[in-house]
Amino acid sequence: MTTTSVAPGRRRGFGVAAFVAALGLALSLAFAALAQTYDFPALTGRVVDAANILTPAARERLENKLKAHEDKTSDQIVVATIPSLKGGAVEDYANALFRHWKLGQAKTNNGVLLLVAPSERKIRVEVGYGLEGTLTDAVSKMIIQAAIAPKFKAGDFSGGMEAGADAIVSTLEGDGEWQDRVKMRNPEPTDGYDPMVIFLIILVIFIVISIMSNRNRRPPGGGMMHRQRNGGWIAIPTGNWGGGGGSFGGFGGGGGGGFSGGGGSSGGGGASGDW
Amino acid sequence: MTLTRRLTRFLIVLAVATPMAACGVNNVPTLEEATKARWADVQNQYQRRADLIPNLVETVKGYAKQEQETLTKVIEARAKATSIKVDASTIADPAKFKEFQDAQNQLSGVLGRLIAVSEAYPDLKSNANFLALQSQLEGTENRIAVSRRDYNQSVQVYNTEVRTFPGVLWAKLFWGAKAMETFSAAPEAQKAPEVKF
Repeated sequence: MTTTSVAPGRRRGFGVAAFVAALGLALSLAFAALAQTYDFPALTGRVVDAANILTPAARERLENKLKAHEDKTSDQIVVATIPSLKGGAVEDYANALFRHWKLGQAKTNNGVLLLVAPSERKIRVEVGYGLEGTLTDAVSKMIIQAAIAPKFKAGDFSGGMEAGADAIVSTLEGDGEWQDRVKMRNPEPTDGYDPMVIFLIILVIFIVISIMSNRNRRPPGGGMMHRQRNGGWIAIPTGNWGGGGGSFGGFGGGGGGGFSGGGGSSGGGGASGDW
Repeated sequence: MTLTRRLTRFLIVLAVATPMAACGVNNVPTLEEATKARWADVQNQYQRRADLIPNLVETVKGYAKQEQETLTKVIEARAKATSIKVDASTIADPAKFKEFQDAQNQLSGVLGRLIAVSEAYPDLKSNANFLALQSQLEGTENRIAVSRRDYNQSVQVYNTEVRTFPGVLWAKLFWGAKAMETFSAAPEAQKAPEVKF
């Protein structure tokens, strides 16, 4: 009973903290939900024809072409058609889908997604960070306008998809045809270093410095020296607490018969268009 | 200082630091760094846009001299946006952040107008250089949107950490960390109306 005079104030304090905590959590959940409103088709292969507009023969040719390119260069190109954008923008959808599928290798981010939404008549070429320098926005736009859209206008989805995939593959393989068509005088500014890489470099430098500064206290065996009162030394085994790599997991992809994204990401490079 | 004392102190620090790390004391700076990296992306993309503008203005000028007023507005808005000094500390400074956001939104607005008036000049519209610049600008605007969204999501996580238990303890007692600012959805709303169904 003696605590009752103190309790209300304290309790209110905790109540506010709890409320703020709950609010923060709810907000972050709401945002997480906001980012996940799309239901994506499964990545069943390099050709995901969820809108069912391609002929079986075209699907097979595309699949083989894209696989051959990936075997040669490790670039992951995926072509996809979707039944509906559900009212969203094609840029949003393509970026979210690209990241969901994690196209491209984790280290090089060398993925490309060619996305078509036939009911909205939208085309998007979404380019991973690593290929933005070759498959630039201007080249992507040119491919959409000159290779894909005319065939789509004529109702030839399979032909447009194959022409688009051909143009993307040939651009990535160094054929300058599409660059020439753009006649780009201004090279695009390249992105800075991947922040993750910088972070890792800083981490490594940190570990090295801390090891260096402790070095004089370490015997060659890797243990820790402890000087006793009598002047002798004892070695304290240090176990494995120090620096060291930890796990750098998450490099999926590769191997096996199936196809999966390699862990790449995209920052919204590429172009979109319609027909 | 004898080696013994130094070593004892080291071990004490270690004994204290290890459990602290386990209960999340490092979450605050880790998330802070992640957010700063996202912020750097945002700055990069805005810089990329600013770099495109001089060429765009030059190209439009050659074909559409009558649009001098719009061109001047673009140049002024670019000058204003690039004159604002931003760095990693800007994100914890509401006034500075708003100034940056407003200037960039202003630039988005006048750039949108410039592209819109360009529609009236068929020669300009079919100029290869203009088309290339236009697609780069579109791409950059999209990258800006993506980097802003990534940044906002990163701040969301960070702010939740520094405002909730136990992160709030570490943020207050240990790191002196402040909540960060997010971009509002304003520029998308101010854009020319897009036809969506």
